[in-house]
Amino acid sequence: MEINKENERVQEELASQGVMLTSVDKIFNYARGRSIWPMTFGLACCAIEMMATAGGRFDLARFGYEAFRASPRQADLMIVAGTITKKMQPLIERLWDQMPEPKWVLAMGSCAISGGPFVDSYAVVEGADTFLPVDVYVPGCPPRPEALIYGMLQLRDKIENPSIVKVKRNG
Amino acid sequence: MDKSFLVNLVDELNKKHGNFIEILEDNLNAAVSIEAKDLIKFMEELKENYGFDLLLNLTAVDYPENFVAVYNPVSTVDNREILVKVKLPKENPEVASLTGVYKAANVQEREVYDLMGIKYTNHPNLTRILLAEDFEGHPLRKDYQMKKRV
Repeated sequence: MEINKENERVQEELASQGVMLTSVDKIFNYARGRSIWPMTFGLACCAIEMMATAGGRFDLARFGYEAFRASPRQADLMIVAGTITKKMQPLIERLWDQMPEPKWVLAMGSCAISGGPFVDSYAVVEGADTFLPVDVYVPGCPPRPEALIYGMLQLRDKIENPSIVKVKRNG
Repeated sequence: MDKSFLVNLVDELNKKHGNFIEILEDNLNAAVSIEAKDLIKFMEELKENYGFDLLLNLTAVDYPENFVAVYNPVSTVDNREILVKVKLPKENPEVASLTGVYKAANVQEREVYDLMGIKYTNHPNLTRILLAEDFEGHPLRKDYQMKKRV
C-alpha cells in the first residue's frame, strides 16, 4: 500500500511537469488498441453493416479504426463478417496465416459465431471459432453498427489489458 | 406464345425429322417434350431456323421416377419463349451438352451437374462450380442425406 501511494505521488509530481512514467508494454498496447487496422473481410450481409459502421452516421473513424486494409499483410484485425462456407474456409485460413502478429479476430454476426440461420446447410461451417482463435464475438443478425462499435471497444480493452484475458493459441 | 405458332413449329420439325416432339398441355402454350437423343438436333433447328437465339434457363427436376432436364430457349427478336423438357433415367442420368449450340449452357450445365448430378457429355469442363471441389454427393437430389451436426 505504501509503495502504491509513493508511486502515485511520484507520478503526480512528474505529471505536473509534463512527464509520464510507464512501461514499453503499456505504451505499445495503448497504441495498438487505439489504431486497429481491420481487414476488409465481408463475406455476406454483415459486410453491409460493417460498411455502415465505417460510414458517416456511425463513424468508426472516431476511434481510429477507419483504415480498412485490403491486404492481410497490412491489417491486424480480421472481422469475419458473414457466413463461412466450406469452400471459403481454406482461403480464410490462408489469409489468417498471412496476417503478421499481433493479430486478432472479431466474429461478427451469428453466422460467424456459430453458423447462424444456415447452420444446417451442407455447405456452411459452424462458426469461425472452429478454425480461428476468436477474440470478440458480436452477436446479431446482423449486429447493429452500435453493437459492432461496442465489440471493437471491448477488443480495445482486451488489447490494453492482456493479463485479464489470456487466450491459448493452438494449445 | 400463341398455340398456332407452336403447333406449326412442331408439325414442320416432325415432318422433317420424324415424329420426335410431343406438345405438353400448359398455360403458356409453349412446352414440348423430346427424347434425350434428339436434343442437339432440336436445339440447332430452333436456333438456326426459328430465331431462338438466347438460352435463358437450363435446369433439372428430380421426380420420384425420373429426372427431367428443362431448357428455356427464348427468341429476343420475336419475343417468344419455348420450354423443352427431356426425361432422363434415375440411375446414370446423361444428356448431350448444349455448349456447342448455346454458349450460355456452359456454366448452367456445370451448376446442374454440381447440385443434381446429371452428366453432360462433351462438356468442355464439367466440374463443380458452386460447391467445393472435394465435396461428395449432389445435395439438391431428393435422396441426399444431410450430415448430422456434430
